[in-house]
Amino acid sequence: MAEAQNIPVGSTTAGSIAVAAESTVVSRMSAPPSFDVADFPVPHGREEEWRFTPLERLRGLHDGTAVAAGEGVKVTVSAPDGVVVETVGRDDARLGRAGTPADRVAAQAYSSFEQAGVVTVPKETVLTEPIRIAVHGEGGVRYGHQIIELGAFAEAVVVIDHTGDAVLAANVDYILGDGAKLTVVSVQDWDDKAVHVAQHNALVGRDASFKSVVVTFGGDVVRLNPRVEYAGPGGEAELFGLYFTDAGQHQEHRLLVTHNTPHCKSNVVYKGALQGEDAHAVWIGDVLIEAKAEGTDTYEMNRNLVLTDGARVDSVPNLEIETGEIVGAGHASATGRFDDEQLFYLMARGIPEHEARRLVVRGFFAELVQQIGVEDIEERLLAKIETELEASVG
Amino acid sequence: MATLEIRDLHVTVEVENGTKEILKGVDLTVKQGETHAIMGPNGSGKSTLAYSLAGHPKYTITSGSVTLDGEDVLEMSVDERARAGLFLAMQYPVEVPGVSVSNFLRTSATAVRGEAPKLRTWVKEVREAMERLNMDPAFAERNVNEGFSGGEKKRHEILQLELLKPKVAILDETDSGLDVDALRVVSEGVNRVRETGEVGTLLITHYTRILRYIKPDHVHVFANGRIAESGGAELADQLEAEGYDKYVKGGASA
Repeated sequence: MAEAQNIPVGSTTAGSIAVAAESTVVSRMSAPPSFDVADFPVPHGREEEWRFTPLERLRGLHDGTAVAAGEGVKVTVSAPDGVVVETVGRDDARLGRAGTPADRVAAQAYSSFEQAGVVTVPKETVLTEPIRIAVHGEGGVRYGHQIIELGAFAEAVVVIDHTGDAVLAANVDYILGDGAKLTVVSVQDWDDKAVHVAQHNALVGRDASFKSVVVTFGGDVVRLNPRVEYAGPGGEAELFGLYFTDAGQHQEHRLLVTHNTPHCKSNVVYKGALQGEDAHAVWIGDVLIEAKAEGTDTYEMNRNLVLTDGARVDSVPNLEIETGEIVGAGHASATGRFDDEQLFYLMARGIPEHEARRLVVRGFFAELVQQIGVEDIEERLLAKIETELEASVG
Repeated sequence: MATLEIRDLHVTVEVENGTKEILKGVDLTVKQGETHAIMGPNGSGKSTLAYSLAGHPKYTITSGSVTLDGEDVLEMSVDERARAGLFLAMQYPVEVPGVSVSNFLRTSATAVRGEAPKLRTWVKEVREAMERLNMDPAFAERNVNEGFSGGEKKRHEILQLELLKPKVAILDETDSGLDVDALRVVSEGVNRVRETGEVGTLLITHYTRILRYIKPDHVHVFANGRIAESGGAELADQLEAEGYDKYVKGGASA
């Protein structure tokens, strides 16, 4: 048996490629996946999956004390013609097909939601306008469940927009039929006090393409767990993420791509900028290539740009490979300070400091912003970056 | 007429075991239309002079003065110096990922000129300047200095020189790492700017090679943190023949 190799990737990051290693993505979890919250002990903070998360700031989502309260969070769906939008009860047969809750909060959400939203794009329906799901908090607590399903060869763009103040735990299922193409942009533009913990489960059909763009700006604590599995060969998943973590914010993105089917691709690129005292970003990138997943092609990357003192990044890429018959597998992680030489170069061409900083940070995010493909979201994102930088420059 | 005056300039830099004085009293006057070559051995402080004039934060001015048309340059921030008319073509231009050359050039020209150039004339201006430097138009869409070859980086520096039209241009070892063809193209670019008569040029170099293409009015030998000797173009010929030995003897700072 090959030994695990440790590849150092930077001072504040850790990474490893494990080849048939003892400690696996699955065994590192404190409990196996389950729909029932009772199967998970209340976390104390030392578990692998909770060790970076400030439990005391989760407002009781992790220990059963957060009780859903009435109309505190509003969900509004607007969809073009041809899309079926439903609200269903807990007994609907379509629930839980894309994935199983992997931690206590996801299981709490699954055990506690009262109604689920289901958005269906029928087979071969190609949408030209995005489906928009607005989740707006007015101070309430909510356990949510949302299903987005595309029939075979359907194509859609979905924007899920989180704003306001809320304590929200949710599971979001993306189910892609054969040859379907789904782009989901999930924007976390919460007010300062919001707490948002969610698991995203994508089940990618044969020859289907899934693109997820996660944009996290706001909130006190945001912890997202995007997961991908494949239902047939030829599937592709692109997982892109941007975050801008300010003073005191905790933003955690934990990804798991399970290559459980031959000849599938995955590409993960997450980039974050941090500024201010106790800004904390966590990125966990797990990729598991199962023995049967021959012909897999996967790459994951995380980059962090630290703009000021006092911010902290934990970046942990992890690749487990159970077959050698693959096309490619790689990962990279880097965390760097703002480069003063870049600043000098731009300023030496007459560009004022605040504008030079803006250029550099916009440049850092540019390749990901271009991936969004929804114009108003791209513009809003660029405007957000400007606002964040204004705050830092003062 | 624009004049850069450097008087008794002393500059230190922080090193591992304390503070080290690199420039030990530099005096130099560069007038519009003139070309001064500063030549010297490695470690003599030539690049420190260039970066100190541009305002790099690594260097501390301990005494002396620098004025441009009587204005105190040392009081200005890096960007203010550039807008006042100082330009530094860097030996090692910095990569700026995600920022395209065209965006960079326009942002820079807008800052230096005080208003955004009119789009139509600007596009033409950039295209023509790039053609003169044998640069592919696709170059404008690449990210600043990212993946550029040594020759591309230097051409890009000279492109900026042509577009920003400074009063005083400091060229820091612009010739280093260039093959003969690239050296010729870059030198022609510098000469086009010089021929306008509106720029004072401070050409910093280790080798005499570039002086075959760019004829200096004055040559200064830089050694041990100051100008050791000044003369006309004939001084370069003497250096070509004799090297720097007589200037570094005993005074070498490693």
